[in-house]
Amino acid sequence: MSASNLHMYVMAAPLLSAFFVNLLGRMSKAWVSGLTLGSLAFSSVASLLLLGKVMSSGGFSYTVGNWVPPFGIELIVDHLSALMLVLISVVALFASISALKSVERELPGREHLFFTLYLILIAGLMGLVLTGDAFNLYVLLEITSITTYGLIAMGRGRAPLASFNYIIMGSIGACFYLLGVGYLYLMTGTLNMADIASILPQMDGGAAIATALAFMLVGLWIKMALFPLHGWLPNAYSLAPTGAGLIVAPLMTKVTIYLMLRVMFSIFSPDYLFIANPLVQSGIVWVAALAIVCASSLALAQRNLKRMLTYIIVAEVGYMVGGAWLANSIGMTGAVLHIVNDALMTLCLFLAAAAILYRTGSLDFIHLQGIFRKMPITMAAFTVGAFAMIGVPPTAGFFSKWYLILGGIEAGQWAYVIALLFSSLVNAVLFFRIIEIGYFFKEGEHHDHTPRNEAPLAMQVPLVITAVALIVIGLGSGPLVEHIIKLALPAGF
Amino acid sequence: MRQLQQRVETQQQVGESLITQTAVRLLVPFVQLFGLYVIVHGHYSPGGGFQGGVLLGSSFIMLGLAYDQKTVLRLMSERTNILFGNLGALIFTGVGALCAIFGGLFLDYSALDVLIPLGPIEWRSFGIFLVEVGVGLAVMSIMASLFWDLGSAGQMDEGL
Repeated sequence: MSASNLHMYVMAAPLLSAFFVNLLGRMSKAWVSGLTLGSLAFSSVASLLLLGKVMSSGGFSYTVGNWVPPFGIELIVDHLSALMLVLISVVALFASISALKSVERELPGREHLFFTLYLILIAGLMGLVLTGDAFNLYVLLEITSITTYGLIAMGRGRAPLASFNYIIMGSIGACFYLLGVGYLYLMTGTLNMADIASILPQMDGGAAIATALAFMLVGLWIKMALFPLHGWLPNAYSLAPTGAGLIVAPLMTKVTIYLMLRVMFSIFSPDYLFIANPLVQSGIVWVAALAIVCASSLALAQRNLKRMLTYIIVAEVGYMVGGAWLANSIGMTGAVLHIVNDALMTLCLFLAAAAILYRTGSLDFIHLQGIFRKMPITMAAFTVGAFAMIGVPPTAGFFSKWYLILGGIEAGQWAYVIALLFSSLVNAVLFFRIIEIGYFFKEGEHHDHTPRNEAPLAMQVPLVITAVALIVIGLGSGPLVEHIIKLALPAGF
Repeated sequence: MRQLQQRVETQQQVGESLITQTAVRLLVPFVQLFGLYVIVHGHYSPGGGFQGGVLLGSSFIMLGLAYDQKTVLRLMSERTNILFGNLGALIFTGVGALCAIFGGLFLDYSALDVLIPLGPIEWRSFGIFLVEVGVGLAVMSIMASLFWDLGSAGQMDEGL
């Protein structure tokens, strides 16, 4: 066992156990939870070790099968990808503890099928974070998307239709990305990101390369649901089985934003993106500002907790895209920090929603009356998550939003700053409305007092840990930025 | 003997025509053999796991078209099919992980020399063969189950 393979073990553990879950879970359900939790716990520990190694001795590149890049497949392990790897495996571990419980309730007898897809999805996300090859990125993007289509279609009611919409939109996005890669391949003759980046500055194929960039970005924007292209997300995420929402909502959009950063800075350069085309740069920040405002307004119109959360996800995508395109190091820091924070905040809120759904069977606002009395621990954790989403110090959400706003001011993008403040206010209204309904409204007349009826321990423990993590990461965001994220920023920042 | 005759008769009842059935019955063994040939020679001649897997899968599709789906499912049940698919994918990832565990990089087959000393270069070739077998099994299973699911709208009844 050589230690240079550490990141491969992180990725191989869920992938291998996915097939064992399918084979053995068919015979006995006990295998499903054991293998899922075991492999994800292993991945979490290994990814933490990997992050420690990268922090002490710097990033490295890895060749699969020992074929020299650019001919072989290259994997890049640097501060950013090691951080993302930790994020994915830890979020997946906590999500699956709760998901095991809700899948048992919602999809009885189909656990092994669900968790096979679930584990392949996680392995695909890890692969996306590691890859240093533009075409492999496409393949892994499709692996994650196809498993997500399957997971969403397992839901009840209109879920298959939502999944079908997602298939159409997702395939269009993937085609755009692939077209972009095709253009780059025509121009440079290589698919390795570092190799493309070294060839591009010497070329003068202006229009073709700009087209490639545009295709790749639009493809990724469809996949990450940036506002005008977000149509598939709310239905797909809110109709999916609860267990699928737990993993898909915190990770998919965030990993796609990471991919956008990779395309922007590992293939293209800040000079090309920002300095050569300042109009494009500020245009995209405007689109992001519009996305934040529109998605937040749409969230106001929702009458169901989960649907409201899905619109907040769309708004958060606008935060991070805007932050990445502000073209200064504070904005970039904010965007990367927000990837981490938003994954945890979304996880916290979705875990709370899963716990409430498990006990009450509905997430409509009218059914949330008296929920604080019924599930005090769940709702306390939910409140922490809500405060983080609003951006109340000292929760994690405050610090990344602070960086984003500072970045916006430094870049002089006032529309983006105003959009961020507007969205924070809307989030405050959204969440205080739920807190008001849950805390002050009495449940219907036929119940004098509501008995305490907490969610099972397996759903509470990950929820409480995530809520505590939100505060710990908020307080620790100084060291986090100083020791990891500063080093994770692309060259030139 | 009578049982066999009865079976042949029921098979002929549900099928389309005697000519296609006889032709398919003669063809299937050769298609499958050719599929295996393509898989086994895939690592140093045109072909490989995917192409061979498609050939193997198409033999089941032909049977399903000439007879009906129930007949095919009697020959290879859905359970066995899923088992093959899983096993195939497991062989691929397992070989990759084994290479890493035995001291090489992921999918660097020459590391498996520790296991059976064939020489690193020979192992590079043999490792691809192992992976191709996995790919072949997985593709065969997916081809067959795609056809079965789409052909019977997920009901696994007579089908087309």
